[in-house]
Amino acid sequence: MHIAEGFLPHPWWEIWWMVAVVILAYGVFMLKKLVDKRPELKPYLALAGAFVFVLSSLKIPSVTGSCSHPTGTGLAVVFFGPAVTSVLSSIVLLYQALLLAHGGITTFGANVTSMGIIGPLVGWIVYKTLRKAGVNILFTVFIVSTVADYTTYVVTSAQMALAFPASVGGVLGSFKVFMAIFAVTQLPLAIIEGIASVLLFKYLMQVKPDFLSDLKILARGEKA
Amino acid sequence: MLWILVFVGFLLTVSVTSAAEWAGGDAIMQDKVHELTGGDYVPWFNPIWEPPSGEIETFLFALQAAIGSLVIGYFLGYYKGRKGAIEEAKKV
Repeated sequence: MHIAEGFLPHPWWEIWWMVAVVILAYGVFMLKKLVDKRPELKPYLALAGAFVFVLSSLKIPSVTGSCSHPTGTGLAVVFFGPAVTSVLSSIVLLYQALLLAHGGITTFGANVTSMGIIGPLVGWIVYKTLRKAGVNILFTVFIVSTVADYTTYVVTSAQMALAFPASVGGVLGSFKVFMAIFAVTQLPLAIIEGIASVLLFKYLMQVKPDFLSDLKILARGEKA
Repeated sequence: MLWILVFVGFLLTVSVTSAAEWAGGDAIMQDKVHELTGGDYVPWFNPIWEPPSGEIETFLFALQAAIGSLVIGYFLGYYKGRKGAIEEAKKV
């Protein structure tokens, strides 16, 4: 999912940086508002952020004989929505860019956009849709996490395709090339991520059942 | 538990039977850039700092996982203990 340092030419790295800066500013604003208004939610913020930290550090071997990693953003999306998730993801991406030479400063904007913004945003839309349809909350968490993870990689492929259109087939041809790396590799990992999210969510429901009402995940009177 | 067994089984089977390199998807992505540009593309910016060795990189990755796990474990343990204490208090 990380586009390596220096691997996005002008003007793409600037474009994604701008997208990321605007959304991150909004995310920080929303985060501040949340913490000011409801400081008692801080532990949940820590939990969601820590989950992103753990999952995105795991490079997991997949069926295709290559490795990739989950994103861990699904829980944060269900807890706080995509704006706050973008801030949590950017912390991890900064850690990996500065300390691990994984991702980069010039590609930070693009990586935030895929993992922290569009992946979570699509997850959020799926979340709202499934909740409205009255789908079971655990199954919803599974689908949201899986979708947020997979979408992240689709976006990365699109970002790379836009920057490096193939000489034959253009952007679309190159999109296929990049998607081919992740399309199959990422599928089992996205599912693993979904399962991990559900396990944590379920455990939290057992030991701290009121988190569902604290975070307004369940409507008033609704049973899990 | 079953999932872990399935995963271990899968890993063992594939690592014995295939000659896969188990490279990271991010690295493969860079190879594709080389193919698409005919090897012309040179990254125009290099990481400011790179872990001096694979060991140190692994250490920092492990540290990242450890920090995250610590926070999750702390709060889950706290909630579990708290719930137990509340139930205990109700009994008396």
